[in-house]
Amino acid sequence: MNIRFEHLLGQLERGAIDRRTFIVRAIALGVTGSAVASALSRVGRASAQDESAASIGNPEIPHVEGTEKGVIKIYSSWPSTGSMEGIGVDALEAARLAFADFGNMAGGFAIEYVPLDSGIAANNGGWDPGVESANANQAIADPDAMVYMGTYNSGAAKISIPIMNEAGMAMISFANTYTGLTKEFPGNEAGEPEQYYPTGERNYSRVIAADDIQGALGAQWAVETKGVESAYILDDQSLYGHGVAQVFNDTLLEMGVEVLGFEGYDPRAPDYQALMTKIADAGPDLVYVGATVENNPSKVLLDMRSLMPADEVVFLGPDGLFTQAFIDGAGEAAEGAFLTFAGLPPGELAGPGADFNARMTEILGHTPDAYSTYSYDSAVAVIQAIDQVGEKDRAKILDALMATKDFTSLVGKTWSFTETGDIDNPSMSVNEIVPNDEGELTITFVEAIGS
Amino acid sequence: MEFNGTLFAQYLILGVTNGALIALIALGYTLVYGIVELINFAHGEVFMMGAFLSLSAVSAFGLVSGAGWAQIALVSLVAMLAAMLFSGALNWSIDRVVYRRLRSAPRLAPLIAAIGISFILQGIGIYWKGSTTILPPNLIPTDIRSVNILTDWLGLETRIRFRALDLAVILLTVPLLIALSWLVYRTRTGKAMRAVAQDRGAAALMGIDVNRTIATAFLVGGILAGAAGFIVAYYTNTARFQMGFRYGLFAFTAAVLGGIGNLNGAVLGGLIIGLVWSMSDGFLQTYIPWWGAQWTPLIIFGVLVLVMVFKPTGLLGEAVPEKV
Repeated sequence: MNIRFEHLLGQLERGAIDRRTFIVRAIALGVTGSAVASALSRVGRASAQDESAASIGNPEIPHVEGTEKGVIKIYSSWPSTGSMEGIGVDALEAARLAFADFGNMAGGFAIEYVPLDSGIAANNGGWDPGVESANANQAIADPDAMVYMGTYNSGAAKISIPIMNEAGMAMISFANTYTGLTKEFPGNEAGEPEQYYPTGERNYSRVIAADDIQGALGAQWAVETKGVESAYILDDQSLYGHGVAQVFNDTLLEMGVEVLGFEGYDPRAPDYQALMTKIADAGPDLVYVGATVENNPSKVLLDMRSLMPADEVVFLGPDGLFTQAFIDGAGEAAEGAFLTFAGLPPGELAGPGADFNARMTEILGHTPDAYSTYSYDSAVAVIQAIDQVGEKDRAKILDALMATKDFTSLVGKTWSFTETGDIDNPSMSVNEIVPNDEGELTITFVEAIGS
Repeated sequence: MEFNGTLFAQYLILGVTNGALIALIALGYTLVYGIVELINFAHGEVFMMGAFLSLSAVSAFGLVSGAGWAQIALVSLVAMLAAMLFSGALNWSIDRVVYRRLRSAPRLAPLIAAIGISFILQGIGIYWKGSTTILPPNLIPTDIRSVNILTDWLGLETRIRFRALDLAVILLTVPLLIALSWLVYRTRTGKAMRAVAQDRGAAALMGIDVNRTIATAFLVGGILAGAAGFIVAYYTNTARFQMGFRYGLFAFTAAVLGGIGNLNGAVLGGLIIGLVWSMSDGFLQTYIPWWGAQWTPLIIFGVLVLVMVFKPTGLLGEAVPEKV
């Protein structure tokens, strides 16, 4: 019966039957009043969708409907199980929602979204190089595939960008923040970023600010707002964690702040008390931990707080810790920890962003993860690139996507891609983990920083 | 660099405490290896399952906040016993269902089976408690966790932190180590174990039930792992389905370091690894400025390689030199 009801609902949404006929038939189907009410609320949402979809992206690019030209597949690859479930599933649903908002059509093609998972259980759901490489190769081998969305982890992007580059396929990320993927930067490894682009042409873009901005603004905030005079810096030895920590370190040194130590921690070690004893003895004002959530940062914080209480030593972390799983692992020790995020949390958004937040909350049953807004943005950019080209041609779609300009994002900023594929008008915020009205610890927006 | 005695003492305390826990797990490896010459790679996961069960046991009690020492001690004891029974039974069943069937198979077969079981148990762990780092249910309140024996009880003026928690780990671990020694060297069952370890065929001819003796070794190893699971979960105040992997690897290294098959060697190896760990994480930087915690796994496994190359029998040699 549910199927028949869905069918009826579909008729209503398409306008094949009017609302009254719908209600009569629905009652005839034996649907209870509450189901009708929920259906009506979904109809109400359909109009809100249009409003949201219309205002995101570049409004001057007309949306081309119809599916007569065939099918274009959009692949995505990021981890969405285990410790990455909270971030990954939300991002995936956000991309799905974006495609649905455009009717799953673009440039006269039907859009088929193919989300792939790059995580493995043995890595706590985190990404695996073998899986990422297999995903990328699967995408380029599919003649219908035009764009590769992803990755979440910068280390994974290192693997798939060159694969996409040689295949001439566009790649767009909602979450990679490692600077060396696109830009020349003092903290880069040798050969970056050119080594990722063997053909010499750029094919990779990202809708989120890179770590040179996140690390630098985070360091400035720590010094200017928190009055930090000395710091100890740790990282999880991942490409992302070390990269953002390096920028943080360099910025502090430039500002004349004493860095008492800068080292990696073993993400699989079960105990960090000896390490924290050493750090407490050094006596920093702030401990910075460049890490992602699957690399045990909760335990690092737990052991830090047993020796250095929140009112004495500031904890600051980058957006890799910007997720509920980080709080769940640390419990009450998480209170008072500060996190920078290359963007704004969904709860702080107005207009289309607030509408997105409400719709995602309904789909997921919880507030969407902060990255999901960027996943939505990236999917809209893909749709608009295909709308402009109107052909199933990887090279042309690549050019159109890389040339994205005057794009209004869900967070309300309007940006264009630079030559390196970075956004020219980034947003950044500082957030604190504090108890909400129910007394549960949550990530709470403190202030926007930077431009 | 000036020698800082306070800090050194602090690293010693942390090293010995963590080392005692590693020793407890290492005994399980070494006990089983001594008798069936099988490196039971699933042992770390048996330890993890014990930790998980103890968390569930504590949740089942639903300890109210503000509980006194007596209540905490009682619940701890029950949770630890539950974890010991569970892990013991689990290890015993693994032997009964898998390893016993492979007793006469080539050595590689049970080894691969052990790796397979360790993956299965990790999968069960994820299903049971999820895959993220979890905080154990509240058992020991923060103010009790942080009681420092030296300053709070003895009234000493020192920056050394020796918590009641550290003492509790030692107080729980040492009796278990002694009990194991007693079992192996002072009882008929222990005698049977040693006999089977020396010569399985001859032991069988003497009327020893070989399968039962081996099963007992698995049971005892599992019981120790269960105890370690509970202690580690509440000592580190964290649990994760992967916790058995790193502790298991350290414990295995400890067992090899001390001389696999040798009980005293496992304890010695555990303590050495605990100390190397805390010194590398903390103390070494005083003298080597570029040293950092990222080198700790390297130095621990480096020690293992050195011992394997220069003294393959381990520090204390094998307890059963007849075995080649």
